[in-house]
Amino acid sequence: MEIFLFQFLNLDIMRQAWPLILSGAQMTVLLCLAVIPLGLFGGLLVATGSISQWRALRWATKAYVDFFRAVPPLVLLIVIYSGLPFAGIRMSPFMAVCIAFFLNASSFYGEIFRAGVESVGRGQWEAARSTGLTWLQTYRFVVLPQASRNVLPDLVSNTVEVIKLTSIASVVSFTELLYAADMARSVTYNTSPIVLAAVLYLIVLWPVVRLVSRLEHRLGH
Amino acid sequence: MSALLDVRGLRKSFGTTEILRGIDFSVAAQELVFVIGPSGSGKSTMLRCCNRLEEPTAGHVFVDGVDLMAKGTDINAMRRRIGMVFQAFNLYPHMTALGNVTLALRKVLGKGREEAEAIGIAALDRVGLKEKAGNYPSELSGGQQQRVAIARALSLEPKIMLFDEPTSALDPELVGAVLGVMRDLKEAGMTMVVVSHEMRFARDAADRIVFMADGQILEQGSPAEIFGNPQNPRTRDFVGELSR
Repeated sequence: MEIFLFQFLNLDIMRQAWPLILSGAQMTVLLCLAVIPLGLFGGLLVATGSISQWRALRWATKAYVDFFRAVPPLVLLIVIYSGLPFAGIRMSPFMAVCIAFFLNASSFYGEIFRAGVESVGRGQWEAARSTGLTWLQTYRFVVLPQASRNVLPDLVSNTVEVIKLTSIASVVSFTELLYAADMARSVTYNTSPIVLAAVLYLIVLWPVVRLVSRLEHRLGH
Repeated sequence: MSALLDVRGLRKSFGTTEILRGIDFSVAAQELVFVIGPSGSGKSTMLRCCNRLEEPTAGHVFVDGVDLMAKGTDINAMRRRIGMVFQAFNLYPHMTALGNVTLALRKVLGKGREEAEAIGIAALDRVGLKEKAGNYPSELSGGQQQRVAIARALSLEPKIMLFDEPTSALDPELVGAVLGVMRDLKEAGMTMVVVSHEMRFARDAADRIVFMADGQILEQGSPAEIFGNPQNPRTRDFVGELSR
């Protein structure tokens, strides 16, 4: 028991590692502030493409979504960061992570938005178009607000996944929360910094997960 | 040109099924025309072709002299002049009654918030729902929702109003208020085409009744002619069925 406490819940070590972990947490927040909006924006584009009148665009978005939902994000990130330099394309870890997350998250968000758009009845389109609104105006002012509300739990739930997934940025030496904690672990030969990082994730994400449950309950999912 | 709405040789097929098989029909300014007929006769499809919510397979639709089917026609500009009211109301559930009415005023006509809201309130007042401006559709009865939908169309000052079974989704006790609004519109000189089963209303408010079956117009005339002395056997059957 003593060994367990020493190895996993060592408060002294946690205290020492705290500044490093805090700066890692800040980088994780920064990363989230970049990749979540990117993913949402990309998802909107994907959803819009997938309901397009043009068959070629529909197929292209479908292929895009299938491909990037099937490729593991970690593989994607390593290809972009470590593979592309062989093709002469070099970028910072942050840039590589943003691109990988854009490709991955936009395909997942895109499917959620598409389901939302399809949940809005044809009558809404017709009513709006009958008053002279263009397709785009109808989409933006009438359909999308209802669509996003209908799939809000799924959007938030996917966002939790994205936040957790930012830890893969550690493999390209981006000093986010997990990378910082692991650094602390390797210099202290102690697991407590990792436990501390896990607790930080939990503190942030647990309320969000609760929120998802409540949203799902309220919308009668 | 006296006809406000002029439909010429209108045809519409869905796949291999021909729903409209050559419709010719026109509506004069300030006229209230009722379209009746058995279900599946193509009444709604015909009406929906009049603002190109349904794309005709062939034929022409002229509104206020403008050919809706012509290449250069800005259909969105034309739709502002053609109000449409749907069976299912189709109010935007995420907006208040006033928001429903002002959306097109602001986004299509480009009016500022204050001006749009003043027009919107006036339109809601016309259908007797000024005090419900701040309510969401879910807080309104079916009849009230339909009147908001009418206000939404009216606020754009259309030249003609199309009603697609406006009372079919309503509980009987809510029908009266909607018909009352339509009667007011008629008195104010609005041109209207109504697809509906409200025969009593047709009898005393319509200027002309059009009877459709199997994608064609079989007979048309004044309410007295159609209800009192129908010529076509199909009309006779249909009218007889109703009065039984």
